Amino acid sequence: MPEEYLPILILIALAVGFAVVNLGVTFLLGRRKSTVEKDFAYECGIVPESNARGRFSVKFFLVAILFIVFDVELIFLYPWAVNLKSMGVYAFLAVLPFMALLVASLIYEWRRGALEWD
Amino acid sequence: MDMALEVAVAAIKIFIVVNVVQLVVAYMIYVERKVIAHAQLRLGPMRVGWHGLLQPIADGLKLFLKEDIVPDKADRIVFVLAPVMVLVPALVVYAVLPFSATFYITQINIGLFFVLAISSLGVFGVVMAGWASNSKYSLLGALRSAAQMLSYEIFLGFSVIGPLMLAGSLNLQEIVHAQRDVWFVFYQPVAFIVFFVAALAETNRAPFDLPEAETELVAGFHTEYSGMKFAFFFLAEYASMMVISTIGIVLFFGGWEGPDFIPLPGFVWYCLKLGAFMFVFIWLRATLPRYRYDQLMRVGWKFMFPLVMLNIFLTGFLKYLFL
Repeated sequence: MPEEYLPILILIALAVGFAVVNLGVTFLLGRRKSTVEKDFAYECGIVPESNARGRFSVKFFLVAILFIVFDVELIFLYPWAVNLKSMGVYAFLAVLPFMALLVASLIYEWRRGALEWD
Repeated sequence: MDMALEVAVAAIKIFIVVNVVQLVVAYMIYVERKVIAHAQLRLGPMRVGWHGLLQPIADGLKLFLKEDIVPDKADRIVFVLAPVMVLVPALVVYAVLPFSATFYITQINIGLFFVLAISSLGVFGVVMAGWASNSKYSLLGALRSAAQMLSYEIFLGFSVIGPLMLAGSLNLQEIVHAQRDVWFVFYQPVAFIVFFVAALAETNRAPFDLPEAETELVAGFHTEYSGMKFAFFFLAEYASMMVISTIGIVLFFGGWEGPDFIPLPGFVWYCLKLGAFMFVFIWLRATLPRYRYDQLMRVGWKFMFPLVMLNIFLTGFLKYLFL
């Protein structure tokens, strides 16, 4: 493994350590006195009626799917953008059909109403 | 022996950076309170120290001593894990940021890619927090936050392609060097605007702070959190604000390099630019009302997304005509 990645590993270890130590210290220092009311989920003082994990709008799933579609395509554009200088005009022309596909998928989603939030 | 020395140097640098980040975050919260107070013709914190300068330390101590409440119905393990999942990526990103010509933890050839990849992990923590709390406000806040962060991450990712085409490298230090003559903001104004709006949404800042819209969702995904766990969310938010500002500075404003006629050290330039960015973040919060959720999604997908794709196309086109 290239050694410039070593500091990243150290930082991950340090960040996790920092989080764990801080949580541990507050766990020890903070006072704890649980009452039934305190341990309710907060609903502006009203006793919660039902489980919070109910159904929610399908639109959030739709956004997640759109994200996957476009983010994967985005990743393909990074190496292209970086190497554009050395590859010349051919590289630019080669990516145009790809971009056209992206635009077409956006138009499709737009027309199908996937981007509406009412 | 050489390896051990290297590890030791890296560890010391990391220790310094992590601690400085926390200190700066603490004082940024103070600055934010002060700036917003003065924007609203109030004084803000005044009691602890001269003009409230010791307020962040008092707040930090208070958070240490606060009771650590875990709601009865919450999923205990995920509930504790979520703030850690938010905080750790926010700190790890600092590994590749260039603070000056010589001061950085490490430089890798996929620097920008690393930043975008790691900072997007924060959304897991947000979803975990919302789900584990088992509270309606938390869940709604988390869902909104996730959808918002996912959407705006796409625009953020597309907006950095423009400067990348000009720089020809993902290494942040090399992107800085590529702007020695002209800052990329002059070549890429559209990309910068999209980048900045996406940065606001990505860090859940006003006017896109819908996940924490106090008037409807109490505090969004961290409604149920208290004490140090709550502080972690705060720390992560401000740490990622600084990260995204640094990326903005590196990509569009020449990083730690300043104009030649004002001889200041690179680190000072970096701090000045970072301060300017942070001030704009706070200023916008003091000035703008919050977006509605459907407006947020509409402006993103239907306006910024086509705009930023057009920008990529035009950049490539103009690059061959003029550069």
